[in-house]
Formats: sequence, C-alpha cells, structure tokens
Amino acid sequence: MEPFTKLTAVAAPFDMANIDTDKIIPARFLRKLRTAEKGYDPWLFYDLRFDADGNERPDFTLNKAPWRNTGVIVAGPNFGCGSSREGAAYAMLDWGIRCVIAPSFGDIHYANEIQNGMLPAILPEEHCATLRAQLAATTGASISVDLESQTITGPDGATYAFSIEPIYKERLLKGLDDVGLVLQELPAIESFEKRHFAKMPWLA
Amino acid sequence: MPQPMPLTLFEKIWRQHVVVDKGAEALIYIDRNLLHDGAFHAFGALAKEGRKVRKPRQHLATCDHYVPTSGREKGLANVIDADAREMIRLFDVNGAESGIRSFGMNHPQQGIVHVIGPETGFTQPGITLTCGDSHTSTHGAMGAYAFGVGATNLKQVLATQCLWQKKPKTFRINVDGNLSAGISGKDVALAIIAKIGTAGGTGHVLEYAGSAIRAMGMEGRLSVCNMSIEAGARAGTIAPDDTTYQYLAGREYAPKGKQWDEALVLWRALPTDDGAAFDREVSLDGNAIEPMLTWGTTPEEALPVSAAIPDPASFADGNKRAHAESALRYMGLKPGTKLTDIEVDRVFIGTCTNGRLDDLRAAAAVLKGRKVTVPSWVSPGSTQVKREAEAEGLHRVFEEAGMEWRASGCSGCAAMNGDIVPDGMRAASTSNRNFEGRQGKNVRTHLMSPAMAAAAAVTGRITDVRTLMGDR
Ligand code: SF4
Repeated sequence: MEPFTKLTAVAAPFDMANIDTDKIIPARFLRKLRTAEKGYDPWLFYDLRFDADGNERPDFTLNKAPWRNTGVIVAGPNFGCGSSREGAAYAMLDWGIRCVIAPSFGDIHYANEIQNGMLPAILPEEHCATLRAQLAATTGASISVDLESQTITGPDGATYAFSIEPIYKERLLKGLDDVGLVLQELPAIESFEKRHFAKMPWLA
Repeated sequence: MPQPMPLTLFEKIWRQHVVVDKGAEALIYIDRNLLHDGAFHAFGALAKEGRKVRKPRQHLATCDHYVPTSGREKGLANVIDADAREMIRLFDVNGAESGIRSFGMNHPQQGIVHVIGPETGFTQPGITLTCGDSHTSTHGAMGAYAFGVGATNLKQVLATQCLWQKKPKTFRINVDGNLSAGISGKDVALAIIAKIGTAGGTGHVLEYAGSAIRAMGMEGRLSVCNMSIEAGARAGTIAPDDTTYQYLAGREYAPKGKQWDEALVLWRALPTDDGAAFDREVSLDGNAIEPMLTWGTTPEEALPVSAAIPDPASFADGNKRAHAESALRYMGLKPGTKLTDIEVDRVFIGTCTNGRLDDLRAAAAVLKGRKVTVPSWVSPGSTQVKREAEAEGLHRVFEEAGMEWRASGCSGCAAMNGDIVPDGMRAASTSNRNFEGRQGKNVRTHLMSPAMAAAAAVTGRITDVRTLMGDR
C-alpha cells in the first residue's frame, strides 16, 4: 500500500449529503476485473457523468476541464453510505482521488478508503461547506492536505484541523498492510483458537 | 461481594472475541464468514499475495448476486453476459481451490447469502460473523455480532480469521407494544430508519429490544436486523431467546446432542444484563406503527401509507431539504400527493430482507383469489425457501394471481443478474435500497413489506394492505 503523507491537488465540491456507493460506482460495473492496465476509473460516478446515450453530461463536476484532474473531493455528510463495495474506493483511487473530506462517512466505506491508502478526512460540516463554496467559485482550485499535522489548507490559505483515529493515521503514514499487522499476532491467534474452540467445539 | 458490571449483548460477544487488545483497537476473532459470487476481488488479491485461506471450514459460500432467476437448468449459457459468466465460473473455481463449502448456481442449498446463513444454522448466537456485503447485519437477529466488510478486509479474514477493529458504540432501540395486523418487521425497520435517519446508527451496534421485537418470529427479526445498515449502523443485534433456539434446533450446522445442551447454556448467558448502559437509546411505540413505504431515494425518506408526500420546504435541516428536493425530482413526485395515489409499473418480492417463507406467506395471503394488474415477480430467498413454499402450494397462489414464480437469487434488488426494471418505471419492491439507479436506470423504487407489495400488485398503485385484509 502506498503511504499517504502530504497531498496538494485539484479539489472538487460535491454538495449532496448521503452520496452512496451505488452512486460512486453503479452495481453493474462491479463484475469487471480490475487490473494494473485497466482500472475502475471509467465507471466512477458513471450515471452522473454520462447520460442514457453514454454522452458526458457537461454540468457534472468531474466533466469540467480543471476538475478532470481532481485529486480531492469535498462532500456532504454520510459520504459512502450503503453497499460495502470496495469498487467505490477503487474507482476514486484509479481516477487519482486520494482524499475525501466530509463531515461523516459510511462505516464500511471509511474502512475501504483506509485499506486502499486513501485518506477519509473528517471536518465539521460548516468548514466543508466553506471549502465547497470556495471550490465552486474557483473551478480548479487546489487544496493541501497534511496527514502528519492533520491539517487541510483551503484555496484561500485558511487552515483547518481534521480528525482521524490515530490507528488509521499510522497505517496511512506508513502504508501498512493489515494482513501483515494481523499475522504478527499469529501466536496469540493460535492460542486464542485453542481456548475458544475447546469451549465451543461445534464452531471449529 | 461486589456485583459484576452489567454488560450488553454486544459487549459480551466482543469480550469473548478479543485476541489482542491495544486500547484504541482490538484484534477480533471472526468465527465464521460467508462468501458470495462478488468475492472474486478478495480471492484475486489473496492469490496475488501468495496467501491461502487459513481455515476453510469457517467459511460458507453461495452464488446469489449474478445468477439468473429463470432458465437455470441451461447453466452458464443463460447467465446475462460474459462478465457475469466469469463471476459464476470464478465462484466455482475459488470454492474448489480453497476447500470452502460452496453452493453453486444449481446446488439444492443455493440461495441469498443472508438467507442461507440462518437457514443452515451456520449463523449462531454469540458468534462473530463477516461477509463482503453490507447486509451482513441481518445475522445479528440470531444474537451474533455480524457486520459487512469490503474486499480487502474480506481478504484478511480469509488469510487470518481476524480483523483489527475499533470498538463500536452501542445503541438500543426499544419497540414496545403490539404490532397491528398487517404490520411486519419491514414496517418496523422503516419506521426506525425514518426516525433515526440513514446516518443515525453510524459507528454503533444496534440492539433491538422491547415487547414488539420479542413477540416477533425469527424471520421478522431477520428483516429488522437486515435494515440496520440502512441506518448506517455497523451491525444490528437481537438477544437470543426461545424463538431463536427453536428456529436453530436441528439445522445442518447447528450443534447436536450434548453439544446443543452445552451451547444453550452459553447462549442463555448472552442477553443484555439489567442495568447495562448503552451509548444511545431511543424508543418507538409499536402500537402506532402503520404500514410504511419510502417516497424518496434513501430509506429514511419513508412514511406511513396514510401520509402524503412532504414539502421539502418544511424541512428544517438544509441537507435534508436539498436531498428531498432532488429525490422528488428523480421520483417524479409532487409535495401533497397522497401516497395511495401513486401508481406503480412493476412489483418485486424477494431479497435478503423479505425473501423468507413468512414473507412469501404474507404476500400470498393478500394475493389468494385475486389477480395482479401490473407485471410482477417473486424470487424466493433460497432454493430451500422455494421448495418449502411449493410444498405449501404458495407458488400456485402467485401463479394464479399472475405473478412470475422464479428461482432464488438477489434478482431485482441490485439488478446485477439482469432482472432490471425497465428505464424510468416505478417499482414497489420488498428490497432494502431505493437509491437512484439501484434497480435499473432511472427506476423509481418504493420500498415496502411483502404484504404491501402484494397489495400494490393487485391494485396497480400504493395501497394500504389493511384495506384488502378486511374480509380475510
Ligand atoms: S438481496 Fe440485495 S441486499 Fe441482499 S445480498 Fe443480494 S444484492 Fe445484497
């Protein structure tokens, strides 16, 4: 997993609350294989990005010139609610988005972002709203994110502190893979299993 | 002597599964994991890292998302497209290579993952259970801590049988009183989500309690817990009791003989102790719950069937107002319209929320001796449910009413298998998500109970099922 330390990138505003993972990637694309050559970015926000005939909707944020290079999304509350599909994280990551700033996230999607080296940064709604308004006013403006100091710098230079659990911060900073972290505990797991299944042999 | 601290059901399960406690997070042992045909990403990642499934016996797999619900005897040839055929092929390959028990497309135990878990007794009280699917919350109805994970966490469970997790908070939802005739677990779930919101449970494990929940059968409880994720919750739970044990006894993977007696002793100690503290608590009056349905594009945009479409301008919360405005545009509905004046084009009964035998019985009771007026289909939650329903003759009730009786799968819930509602049409559906585009492009979904969906199929519009129950 690629570590996340600092990022300065074009940021796009998404005003809606409850952007569910079905919106981020419609279910019909989840059957696609994801390879190094062919990522999930073509399906990102597909039904919002394209009309019924497969033509780009010019109004949609990511279809506007500077926002095609979006690396950060600033969204409303409950971002990534709904389905557990990790495809939602894949699609954003493959597009080049490595950070989502929102007042709150769906639990499973939050974990999926972390597992993919993406930063889900939690910022109070009033600050998210300010950032979204500034980004909407200056298409293509950038935001800087510093994970170490847990700060976000907006287009106007104002700085905001965001929250993230220390455990997730450490994983992202070091690019740690969870399987490795778990397997370090193998002796503890094996002794747990012995006790646990001795008590409940029907579960083994 | 000091009294032991009273604990919640969740706290007891959590404590019994902590392998390593690091304060901020704990390594949690996962007793059992369920897999479906969407799990190929996790198997692919596992293979890429050169890892193996550590304990294949702790897993059970079924093919549900991509399977067709008609013409299954034709095998892979009848699967919607090449991509989906590949999913189903990979499902069989991954099962065979990993040694995981797998119910392929034409296996007699095939079914929707959250139906077969309880049905086979794989899901049990007191266990931790994961699945790469958000509706894993369903299994909490049996007194388990069950939650959905993404592909990377699923890979970890396959490789290690453990997950690092931050301990969630607890949230008790009390539903007391008696549910009226015609009110099911689905109505209770929608009433709860309408009250607490789609993010109301975020970071929490819900415990449903109160006399209305206790009086519910296992299948109603499974519907309630299924919808926990629609309230944003990590999981939903219900304390196990005699209803749970009666349901579980004799099922394939349930303990037998002496082990059953030992298990019962452990299970009976699980329910939340008197005086245990929850981080949050709300109460609903079960007597007041009416048949519920959604009018918008999130499950919290739900109202009793007697209500009218609300005016977004009346919403104090700006985000909710904006959401309601865009939802009404998508749904093609106007404020003030009575819900019972909304006409539907399609009716779908099934899914992991409402595809169990009791659900089909409730729908059939409404349909008996009547005809549907819009194209409608039923997909039982599992092949076993299908057999049981046929043994009772329910399939004839559906067919005589003019509904299609299909094979089991996720079908029109996420519409991944091709069972989509045509572009722009309005569906009455017993599924769990009314998100834009979920059941097909521009499709307008109204979530409701099986009885309500059956009533809508008969009249062709949203109907209070109780008006069709008078003479029965
Ligand atoms: S029926 Fe629907 S919600 Fe349930 S597992 Fe299948 S797709 Fe998911």
